[in-house]
Amino acid sequence: MPEKKEIPMELKERLKCEYDKEWRSNLRKSISAKERMKIPRQKMPQRDPEERNKDFNEVNLGLQEKKAKLEAARCLDCANPTCVSGCPVSIDIPTFIKLVEKGDFIQSARKIKEANSLPGICGRVCPQESQCELLCNLKKATGIPVAIGNLERFVSDYEMTCENVYIPSIASPTGHKVAVIGAGPAGLTVAGELAKKGHYVTIFEALHLPGGVLIYGIPEFRLPKKVLMTEVEYLKKLGVELRMNFIVGVTATIDDLKKEGYKAFFIGSGAGLPNFMRIHGENLIGIYSANEYLTRVNLMKGYAFPEYDTPVLHGKRVAVIGGGNVALDSVRTAKRLGAEQAIIVYRRSRVEMPARVEEVNHAEEEGIEFHFLTVPIRYIGNENGHVKAMECIRMELGEPDASGRRRPIPVKGSEFMMEVDLAVVAIGQSPNPLIPKSNPNLKTGKWGNIEVDWETMETSMKGVYAGGDIVRGGATVILAMGDGRVAASAMDKYLRQSKKRKKA
Amino acid sequence: MAKILRRERLVPNLHLLEVHAPEIAKRCKPGQFVIVMPDEFGERIPLTIADWNIEKASVTSVFLVVGTSTHKLSLMKQGDDIPVFVGPLGKPVDINKCGTVLCVGGCYGIGAIYPVARAFKEAGNKVITLLDVKANYLLYWEEKLKSVSDEFHISSRDYYYDCKDFVQHILKKIVKDKKESINQVFAIGCTYLMYACSQATKPYGIKTMVSLNPIMVDGTGMCGACRVSVGGETKFTCVDGPDFDGHLVDWEELFARRKSYFDDEIQSLCYWEKKIFP
Ligand SMILES: Cc1cc2nc3c(=O)[nH]c(=O)nc-3n(C[C@H](O)[C@H](O)[C@H](O)COP(=O)(O)OP(=O)(O)OC[C@H]3O[C@@H](n4cnc5c(N)ncnc54)[C@H](O)[C@@H]3O)c2cc1C
Ligand code: SF4
Repeated sequence: MPEKKEIPMELKERLKCEYDKEWRSNLRKSISAKERMKIPRQKMPQRDPEERNKDFNEVNLGLQEKKAKLEAARCLDCANPTCVSGCPVSIDIPTFIKLVEKGDFIQSARKIKEANSLPGICGRVCPQESQCELLCNLKKATGIPVAIGNLERFVSDYEMTCENVYIPSIASPTGHKVAVIGAGPAGLTVAGELAKKGHYVTIFEALHLPGGVLIYGIPEFRLPKKVLMTEVEYLKKLGVELRMNFIVGVTATIDDLKKEGYKAFFIGSGAGLPNFMRIHGENLIGIYSANEYLTRVNLMKGYAFPEYDTPVLHGKRVAVIGGGNVALDSVRTAKRLGAEQAIIVYRRSRVEMPARVEEVNHAEEEGIEFHFLTVPIRYIGNENGHVKAMECIRMELGEPDASGRRRPIPVKGSEFMMEVDLAVVAIGQSPNPLIPKSNPNLKTGKWGNIEVDWETMETSMKGVYAGGDIVRGGATVILAMGDGRVAASAMDKYLRQSKKRKKA
Repeated sequence: MAKILRRERLVPNLHLLEVHAPEIAKRCKPGQFVIVMPDEFGERIPLTIADWNIEKASVTSVFLVVGTSTHKLSLMKQGDDIPVFVGPLGKPVDINKCGTVLCVGGCYGIGAIYPVARAFKEAGNKVITLLDVKANYLLYWEEKLKSVSDEFHISSRDYYYDCKDFVQHILKKIVKDKKESINQVFAIGCTYLMYACSQATKPYGIKTMVSLNPIMVDGTGMCGACRVSVGGETKFTCVDGPDFDGHLVDWEELFARRKSYFDDEIQSLCYWEKKIFP
């Protein structure tokens, strides 16, 4: 997978052009770097752990204007802003932050939207500590980076509370029809970009609500659905058509859609296939895939049962297997549904956990227990076929594996029993096989992921592009969006050339 | 959104639902199902497709009224919109010319077996149909099924028909009485019926396919709610099925898993009833 390290020349010039503007240079000089470094990182206000672990409302409350401006003043406005190369979509981070310091929040939001159409979402769910904030020069100088994610969230929320969200100018209609498969972050991004360029875009989505993982997976307490719905409304204003309850490859194939006049396709169907451990007893009642558990609670609103019809099992002692964001979302959900003990069972140690650091901290505050270096080896059921215990084994860390993390090795003779009445398996997802299966011409890789040309995101089928988790396996929201942007620009070129080809 | 073209009670507790769904009508094959959600509060439930009509662009299902979602569906009228009606899901039945096929249907499966029997007949097989009802007034689609069958039987628990016996006994009798061999049995209905048919044919080694109906959520392989053990392997009914070899299914596990939400279902129904009949 390509990692962007160097900032491309064109972007460097754009950054420099903004950097040299008079207001920027005045603002920069108004406070010395030394003074800026003295300002402490502004804490994100959050709800009390004992209150929030009982409901599904958002944990973080968002920075207030004053705090946001102060946080923005911490940014040194470096001549060589290394943070930008940490952002997969190369947001002009210093410019948006300095616009916050200046108090021009709306312009700041527009600046971000030049590169990232879903800032309210990314500000909340990006793993900033391993992206932009990791490379922030202030981190090198003081150890504590600028809270880039919190600021991104702030400007986006500010814009959302203003009545009229800015609608960019839309190019005159090109007459081309584009089909986007999947309404996750990858698909939503492609749709927005191509609609702005004047193409007629239809999103086909299998579920009854748009958003992909953002709607069925990530819970309300981390990403309020209102934020997502605002983004979807925005796409509709750009003229994007949404067709829900439509499974491409099942309800109609790509070939059928071609006959209906669709000229270019983007596959953003995600990594929807839950992995199980294939151990004894895994089909007992009370053992969920994280996908099922979170879908029941989030998409189907199982937390409001019986007002909503879909039930979800409530456990007193709930074990969640895994150490990523999915596992943390599941375990915190279990706590909120009333579990007395909600436990993470992870085969490596804390430092190897792939989840966002903020989520791990939040979980700890909320009373989540962590059993590191532990893995279940079988489940034991009661007379009704309901799980009642889990046999586990302890692990120790060996040499680093392909992912660079130290490989867990079972410790002989360390088996022990753990009583549980609910277990959630959150050990990863595989690419959704529906589309590759219905298109044998589509070249796929070892894990069932669709193979693409990384420069354009085009697949082995002409005019068919792909991005996000279906290409990368379980990755991140921002990488899915980044793929969407690359694909959209290549698709636009492809469509315009096809017009020329026709004319010639 | 899909418009309801017809919703009517066939027999007590079993309803027919015909919905305008042009894409599904164009593509669906015997044995496939749709996922339906009656309103924005509802559950996503699977319903086997019982018939379709390409000219009318319609898809028909027969459903048994059990939980809240099916109660809600049973109150919907012609012209109403169903917010979710998605499909056609699952693998179609493997229709081949194998000789004699015995199709068994009970409950909603009397409707669901119809396109299967029709397809086997069209493929040049001899089709024997056996329908199971508790009593005569619960039988529907008799003529429709007769029209695609070479032989027709009923098993019933009352004295109306001359065959008062459980389906598995009648099934055994048909198998034993036949001079020619039965090459395949295909059963759709409640889990118990499918289990009983599989048990009945096992000693004779007749291939017996069943169309399983576990609890589902998304229906596209995303959640794994519908996992079943078949021949010692975990399968997702929605994408690997719904048809499996009845002799290999772990029935005990399936019976248990189907009851996962038994108490919740009752609670949900009581809540809903109180809401609409205060
Ligand atoms: C619980 C959870 C928490 C996460 N937390 C974070 C986080 O904090 N930060 C982060 O960056 N990432 C996180 N991730 C990962 C991130 O959500 C994904 O990487 C991202 O959503 C991938 O986007 P996508 O557009 O490729 O696919 P998805 O979001 O998976 O969307 C795919 C969509 O396509 C639809 N679809 C599939 N097949 C078809 C078809 N044949 N026809 C029509 N529609 C179809 C699906 O229904 C779905 O709506 C998390 C993931 C999960 C599950
Ligand atoms: S999109 Fe993500 S990586 Fe980029 S600046 Fe925002 S938080 Fe950082």
